[in-house]
Amino acid sequence: MATIIIPALLRKLTGGKDRTEAQGRTLGEIVNDLERQFPGFRERVVEDGDLSGSIAVSIDGEIITGGLSEPVPPNSELHFVPAIGGGI
Amino acid sequence: MEVQEAKFKVIGTRPIRHDGVDKVTGRARYGADISLPGMLHAKVLRSPHAHARIKSIDTSAAQALPGVKAVITGNDLPDLAAGAQQMGEMVINPRYLSLNILAKDKALYNGHAIAAVAATSPHIAEEALNLIKVEYEVLPPVLHVNKAMAAGATILLSELRTSGEPEKSDQETNVATHVRFARGDLEAGFKAADAVVEHEFDTSMVHQGYIEPHNAVAQYNADGHSTVWVSTQGTFSVRELCAHILQMPVGNIKVVPAEIGGGFGGKTTVYLEPLALFLSKKTAKPVKMIMSRTEVLKATGPTSGSFIRCKIGAKKDGTITAAQIWMAYEAGAFPGSPVGAGCMTVFAPYALENLQIDGYDVVVNKPKTCAYRAPGATNAAFAAETVLDELAEKLSLDPLEFRRINGAKEGTAQPAGPQFRRIGFLETLEAAKNSEHYKSSLPKVAGKLVGRGVASGFWFNAGFQSSATVSINGDGTANVVTGSPDIGGSRASCAMIAAEVLGLKAEQVNPVVADTDSIGHTDVTGGSRVTFATGYAVYDAAQSAVKQLRERAATLWKVKPEDVVYQDGVVSCTTNGQESMSLKQLAGRLARAGGPVTGSAAVNPRGVGPAFATQIADVAVDPETGKVDILRFTAVQDVGKAVHPSYVEGQIHGGVSQGIGWALNEEYYYDENGIMRNSGFLDYRMPTCLDLPMIETVLIEVANPGHPIGIRGVGEVPIVPPPAAIANALYRALGVRLTELPMSPPKVVKALMEKK
Amino acid sequence: MAGKVHVETTLNGEQIEFLCEPRQSLLEVLRDVLGFTGAKEGCLTGDCGACSVIIDGRVACSCLVLGPEVQSKTLETVEGLATSGDKLHPLQQKFLEHAALQCGICTPGFLVAAKALLDRNPNPTEHEVRFGLAGNLCRCTGYDKIVRAVMDAAAVMQGR
Repeated sequence: MATIIIPALLRKLTGGKDRTEAQGRTLGEIVNDLERQFPGFRERVVEDGDLSGSIAVSIDGEIITGGLSEPVPPNSELHFVPAIGGGI
Repeated sequence: MEVQEAKFKVIGTRPIRHDGVDKVTGRARYGADISLPGMLHAKVLRSPHAHARIKSIDTSAAQALPGVKAVITGNDLPDLAAGAQQMGEMVINPRYLSLNILAKDKALYNGHAIAAVAATSPHIAEEALNLIKVEYEVLPPVLHVNKAMAAGATILLSELRTSGEPEKSDQETNVATHVRFARGDLEAGFKAADAVVEHEFDTSMVHQGYIEPHNAVAQYNADGHSTVWVSTQGTFSVRELCAHILQMPVGNIKVVPAEIGGGFGGKTTVYLEPLALFLSKKTAKPVKMIMSRTEVLKATGPTSGSFIRCKIGAKKDGTITAAQIWMAYEAGAFPGSPVGAGCMTVFAPYALENLQIDGYDVVVNKPKTCAYRAPGATNAAFAAETVLDELAEKLSLDPLEFRRINGAKEGTAQPAGPQFRRIGFLETLEAAKNSEHYKSSLPKVAGKLVGRGVASGFWFNAGFQSSATVSINGDGTANVVTGSPDIGGSRASCAMIAAEVLGLKAEQVNPVVADTDSIGHTDVTGGSRVTFATGYAVYDAAQSAVKQLRERAATLWKVKPEDVVYQDGVVSCTTNGQESMSLKQLAGRLARAGGPVTGSAAVNPRGVGPAFATQIADVAVDPETGKVDILRFTAVQDVGKAVHPSYVEGQIHGGVSQGIGWALNEEYYYDENGIMRNSGFLDYRMPTCLDLPMIETVLIEVANPGHPIGIRGVGEVPIVPPPAAIANALYRALGVRLTELPMSPPKVVKALMEKK
Repeated sequence: MAGKVHVETTLNGEQIEFLCEPRQSLLEVLRDVLGFTGAKEGCLTGDCGACSVIIDGRVACSCLVLGPEVQSKTLETVEGLATSGDKLHPLQQKFLEHAALQCGICTPGFLVAAKALLDRNPNPTEHEVRFGLAGNLCRCTGYDKIVRAVMDAAAVMQGR
């Protein structure tokens, strides 16, 4: 189980909830669980079969690099943030 | 990862940079210095209008001019599918990128490329431009985000729809994206506040101001392979973008990095490269292109002007109870302002429960913006740090103390959500408070009004991909090859990291910045990432070389590699006390020991360490002319681990100077037709050395736990606080809050007159 | 196209000659005709100083001078600063020691302007250095280390 913080603009999809628990050992499984809880969630964060390039995911404060196959440790906190480079 | 608190022998010293002699003798080859036999020169015809439909283009007279070898327009380039696409690590919209390089149906800013001519001399190419006849239908220009967002606004891109909103709309719009971060209860937070301050801010578009204009030399060969020499921050980006725009195979384009004369984010995309490549294919000759200064200002990628509304509330004890900011950033002619990064960096130095940050990416008839050092952060910090300053005053708190009460530390949740790891913000506040500058009294200057202000800033820094190889030469020296163009001295830092691992002196390592055929994929030089990420790759590659050296020695001594240690450039056997060799001795015997030694590594590292800065500005204002002098400036920064302290200081000096120019003089001055009226260095007024004092730097090293050497990016955060620090100083000098950038003399005089 | 003009001049101590079109600037002649790419093009309006050269002892923006104008004059460029072989001029040496360059594009212009300054005023104050170099723009360094390098070079050249 991981704690997922819902991005502000997607809270309409979640009926206003700003966080939820989700099951999954990988980011892909987590996203599938989020889709079950809030239909329409997956298409906001997945593009061409993997994590959308304009979205980054932070697990326990660290931006991960493994896309949907990234392992998600139990009891971790997960955020979706815009993918930003600097000087880019 | 544990940071080795080892005593470094090379890291932290100040060797002379390896490319230094070439640069002080004029021998270094920048892009414009490159010449090939039979080379043609190409120039670009640019739209005189800010917004117009292109009805027809007649290039016949230009083509007939003796010396002209090819003329192209947007219709010659492939039509690309609409929509954002993943291109390696980048997300770009190739169709918009191609339209920016050469317009098809619409000119969207004054300076937008309409046609390109290749000729035997640059003068003939320029003459040919005058012979191209273009029929325009002029349209009303949209020149401010508020106008672009208003109901009934002229629409720039008919297919554009706002993304980011929960419901998809089919409404025509100039708003490309909406970003929001929110948590807690904003209303309750403001209710609980004893003081609330709200202001609106308006900042002008500004340019990175690199002294070297864009350039490209391209040679297309009959076998379909091509080479592009270019001053760029990202050779692999140039390769991928050219491949995509021209529909050529990526592997067929070799990009060779020339030395680069400044970038600051503005040379991370392409403008001339695809045109030069296309013209070279068309003419079967090498083609060289250089931009003029006017073209650089009008037709490359400045950073966004913005309109910002910021409201913050705090209790008497100094705790911030609510923070809200609404920001609209100019994207320029096509979507892609740095408003997202602005949203992620504003308020980041503070621990906040109740916040809402809204950012809007808005197209206007100005050049498409590109990254500029900590893109998006300076605009937002100007607003937030000014409001915080006024709040501190209302609560009778010292502004540094007010920041300390609310300061973020390890475990604090960032505005975007994730928690910070070990960071050094509080340390920067402490050092600023204890600085000689802050403790000194403000000097009196005859006839002038003086004031002191402070501000803080944040930048998250980037990781991304880098590759490196480290090979050992026969004399025990080493080569380090990376793919990171050197814009600030990074090749020296890479050499120093390799030297540290190998036990060599910095001058015994040769750093090479290689072309795209000679090194593995490496993302752009930018995002304050090179010392962190490329340095990480170099560290790993050097460790790999050390492992191979131990294996070679083991072979020679007929022992197991586990029984060989490498320390300070010496291999020795732990089981057999007598055997030991210097790296130099071993290097001479490699052929019989198993062969040459080359370590390589490729990384996409995590553990990026963000950076914080706190700055103090003393100003003196002439009340008659409004001219502002910077009397004294101190920049405090958490730098992680300063590999080469002189170049870390240099990054701070440079970022601060750009921030000062942004604060006081730099702006894109547009007339009502959307024509930039100050498109040269005389009137696009950047600081000269007469405008600046010595800039004092205080380097604090709070090691980044995510990196083996503790490195944090340092290059960008210095540009974030200066406009706010200077605005806060001006407030104390004048008694008026300036909320527009730049705070140029006419604005200062007007503010003083309105105050009376 | 106008016919080319034949020009004789002295460049870094050597008598040379070249052909150029009347419309070609001295900057263009140095870079594209003679192959001396040390002087750089930054603005073509004389505002950035990246093209600085010394003509008859005075610093000038070579982008504002036409090729034929240097007939019979004495030119000094950055390529002539290092004396015999690779012995660096004190200004060049101090720029390296003080890390007074980052991207290096403005460096040739600064070195030339600084040489002209020190030729005129061998012992300048910090303010005089800043005033004398205000015609050279640098975007990377904030000028701090450049000014320190020039003052240190002045001291060395004076034997201090």
